[in-house]
Amino acid sequence: MNKISTTTALLLSMGIALPAAAQEDDTIRVGILHSLSGTMAISESTLKDEMLMLIEEQNEKGGLLGKKLEPVVMDPASDWSRYAEQARDMLTGDDQVDVIFGGWTSASRKAVLPVVEEENGLLFYPVQYEGEESSENIFYTGAAPNQQAIPAVDYLRSQGVERWALLGTDYVYPRTTNKILEAYLKDHGVADEDIMVNYTPFGFSNWQSIVSDVADFGSQGKKTAVVSTINGDANVPFYTELSNQGISASDIPVVAFSVGEQELSGIDTGPLVGHMAAWNYFMSVDSDANYDFIDNWVEFTGDDMAVTNDPMEAHYIGFNMWLEAVREAGTADVDAVKDSIIGVTVPNLSGGSSAMMPNHHITKPVMIGEIQDDGQFSVVWETSGNVAGDAWSDYLPESQNLISDWRAPLRCGKLNVESMTCEDGAGAE
Amino acid sequence: MTSTHATNVQPKSVTVPQVGSDLRHCLTVVAALLVWLALVSPVQAEVTPQRAQTLLQALDTNDFDAKAEAAQAIAASDAAQKTRWLEALLDGRLARERRGERFYIITDDSGREWPIIDAITYEDAGTGSRRSVDAFRINNALRTQLQGLIASLSLGAGDEATRLDAAKRLIGEVDAQSVDAVTTQLDNEESSAVRAELETALALYRVEQGDVTALETLSGNLDTRVRNSLTTIANSDAPIAADAEEVLAGIENKRAWYERGQTLFFGLSAGSVLVLAAIGLAITFGVMGVINMAHGELIMLGAYTTWMIQQLLPGQPGLALLLAIPGGFLVAGAFGILIERSVIRFLKGRPLETLLATFGISLILQQLVRTVFSPLNRRVNSPDWLQGAWHLNEALSLTLNRLGVLIFCLVVFAALWALMRYTRLGLEVRAVTQNRAMARSMGVRAARVDMLTFGLGAGVAGLAGVALSQITNVGPNLGQSYIVDSFLVVVFGGVGNLWGTLVAGMSLGVINQVLQPWVGAVLAKVIVLIGVILFIQKRPQGLFAPKGRTS
Repeated sequence: MNKISTTTALLLSMGIALPAAAQEDDTIRVGILHSLSGTMAISESTLKDEMLMLIEEQNEKGGLLGKKLEPVVMDPASDWSRYAEQARDMLTGDDQVDVIFGGWTSASRKAVLPVVEEENGLLFYPVQYEGEESSENIFYTGAAPNQQAIPAVDYLRSQGVERWALLGTDYVYPRTTNKILEAYLKDHGVADEDIMVNYTPFGFSNWQSIVSDVADFGSQGKKTAVVSTINGDANVPFYTELSNQGISASDIPVVAFSVGEQELSGIDTGPLVGHMAAWNYFMSVDSDANYDFIDNWVEFTGDDMAVTNDPMEAHYIGFNMWLEAVREAGTADVDAVKDSIIGVTVPNLSGGSSAMMPNHHITKPVMIGEIQDDGQFSVVWETSGNVAGDAWSDYLPESQNLISDWRAPLRCGKLNVESMTCEDGAGAE
Repeated sequence: MTSTHATNVQPKSVTVPQVGSDLRHCLTVVAALLVWLALVSPVQAEVTPQRAQTLLQALDTNDFDAKAEAAQAIAASDAAQKTRWLEALLDGRLARERRGERFYIITDDSGREWPIIDAITYEDAGTGSRRSVDAFRINNALRTQLQGLIASLSLGAGDEATRLDAAKRLIGEVDAQSVDAVTTQLDNEESSAVRAELETALALYRVEQGDVTALETLSGNLDTRVRNSLTTIANSDAPIAADAEEVLAGIENKRAWYERGQTLFFGLSAGSVLVLAAIGLAITFGVMGVINMAHGELIMLGAYTTWMIQQLLPGQPGLALLLAIPGGFLVAGAFGILIERSVIRFLKGRPLETLLATFGISLILQQLVRTVFSPLNRRVNSPDWLQGAWHLNEALSLTLNRLGVLIFCLVVFAALWALMRYTRLGLEVRAVTQNRAMARSMGVRAARVDMLTFGLGAGVAGLAGVALSQITNVGPNLGQSYIVDSFLVVVFGGVGNLWGTLVAGMSLGVINQVLQPWVGAVLAKVIVLIGVILFIQKRPQGLFAPKGRTS
């Protein structure tokens, strides 16, 4: 490795152009950009392992276009600016990759966005996010708000919930999601005094007065639910406080958007039975594709208790879509894949199939699961069909007229359908 | 894309409009039916296997309303197995064969292969997995109903706790059909606690019927269902609205007092965490004048010691926690002495260098923990006696883990204070602090005193870690979240004064908890910080100025 890079540096310094050597050898390189240390390691290191498993499986099947897939793993260490640096390394360095799978927090995605646009790379981002963004070079395989938050609120409304406590961690994803939810609830006739919004810092642990406030808010005679966008390890003391104060799911149910099987594996779920999460996949989903995936995963990790979760399914779908698009295009070239991937449909793990939409979001079913005492979720409700991800929320006044369509000849990520002008390709900022 | 759960609305027999959804009304009927059943037909007969099969088959649907009816039918049937079925359904362990007609009860659902028995005959049926058997799913509404059904089945029977639970569920659920049954139940009941709940349930029903005399029974009752019903009545044009409002005002007044008590408890418990974290620093920084940036990591070491002792004693979290108290003290104290001997004593009188050196040590300790254990959080279990809450009444309950930390904090403080006040070490520490040269000339070995004092401060930080392991995540970053707060408390309280630390920590905790509901957690912290800065501007020596301090 060192030898090669010295040679490359030498050649470059002599002014000799390398004829894209990296792309014409017999491997296709897949970049994996997930934090393996720091606060996000708990969630992201699993996704790195999953990508290695998927790549290994594909190589056993004979690789792609007759070439072997080669994983290129880097560790951005939960440091957002390092995501950008390492993405640039992957796209321009010696190991030039053809595609990157990575990111978890919105902050990491926002850091990588300008890099992949500038260097024309591909990023598959597997986590549910706040929307209000569309990039030509990013494929959002996680849920947009209309594929998670809105259906979850609809379900609770159908269960008779009339008061809403929106609790979140203080950063961009919860704030944007709650803004959309507040607008949505008010559209549906919920009064101001029936909505309570509260933000807490990352890693917050002093939940007692907030939980007690919620209990008080919920004892006014109207059925109350908590919509939680609390992220990371603050969830553990939050749920502990809930059970210590004796708030069960039949009193005030909590529906969470960032708590999955992985996060629950660190908590005693006995007192939490009945609290909910909204995702597009649960490990308990009843389909043969899912059972096969779990068997492979248990075998690959060598851990009988290994769990799967929604972002893992998103990577599974994203990886298969990319394989299909490369096959269709006959090359791993970024521009060709960007065009061929739109409309590609692959099986998902819940027994149906997902398609890549022109706005670089995918279609998938939305499910509500209730926590069981074994740390799994039991699906109590799901949409009858797939829901297509919406990049720009219809419920915010500033984005309700915007759409995204990356097909030729439009190729615009922020098209105002009223004035029919393309405002900007990049994110909302 | 929403599936609406249509429930048939039945005309209500009560004269006053009642708060409650369709579902709740449905439950009322069920509860009434079952109370009646429990009283009238307690003897159960065997049902035929065909009948049992039919009862279970009705559960096999994806419609939760149909499932609810099936569960109700089972509860109303004569099947001897009905309680076990309902309990298994509640636990998600009642299952159907995927390719067949048999029903099973999963006896142990851990792992991926489960032992199963036949649901009707209880015969051993080998093992099943998710691919071969399909457990019936329930949702929150159905879960509530099942708990009610099981409780009602044991209302006439069961032990006192079960009867109490069943009686509590009846509040707000009594109607014309079930009122006689509940009255009979009240006459037969011996336990005074159960009687009180049944009386409340009956009184609430009578009040809803417009009976003024029953209002007296409800006076001062803190149950939220009573309060909600009375609010509805007070806002209606029923003839007893004015009387109801009077009773309601009394209840609200009583609640407000309990709520203030609760806020005070929250404040004191948040304060006790601050005091515990800061009190070790009050010794090293306050008494010795060493700015120890690694203080937070010493707390973390105490928390990790708790985790390690729990790993050594699996299944005995209580014993492990008690052992962790001396353990955490010794481990953190030993590290403290090591830091003092190897670094701090060479930097005496050079605060800036001490600050930088101890900051370096804090990074080293964090990385050490990351390498030795893992960057992931470790789960420290709470013993049973630190879980749940102590219910004083419906409006006031104290969570046990917080109460435990509060008591622990006071005990540690008292012990430390006694140590400084009454022991030779305490005397020497005070002597060295007040006048080092004079103390040395009187024969006090100042270097040894420094070492022991720092070790003591570090050990107390370890104790804080043991306590924090019960209320927050144990991970490499644990210390960082407490170091700033600790300095804040010590500076606010007055450097070098243990009482100052206690008063400062408790008052910052209470102020924070009072502000939090108004302005949110983030802004509350900002306001407290600004307040302390302004206070220090006005009074640089802190709350309690140490007398005779020279600097």
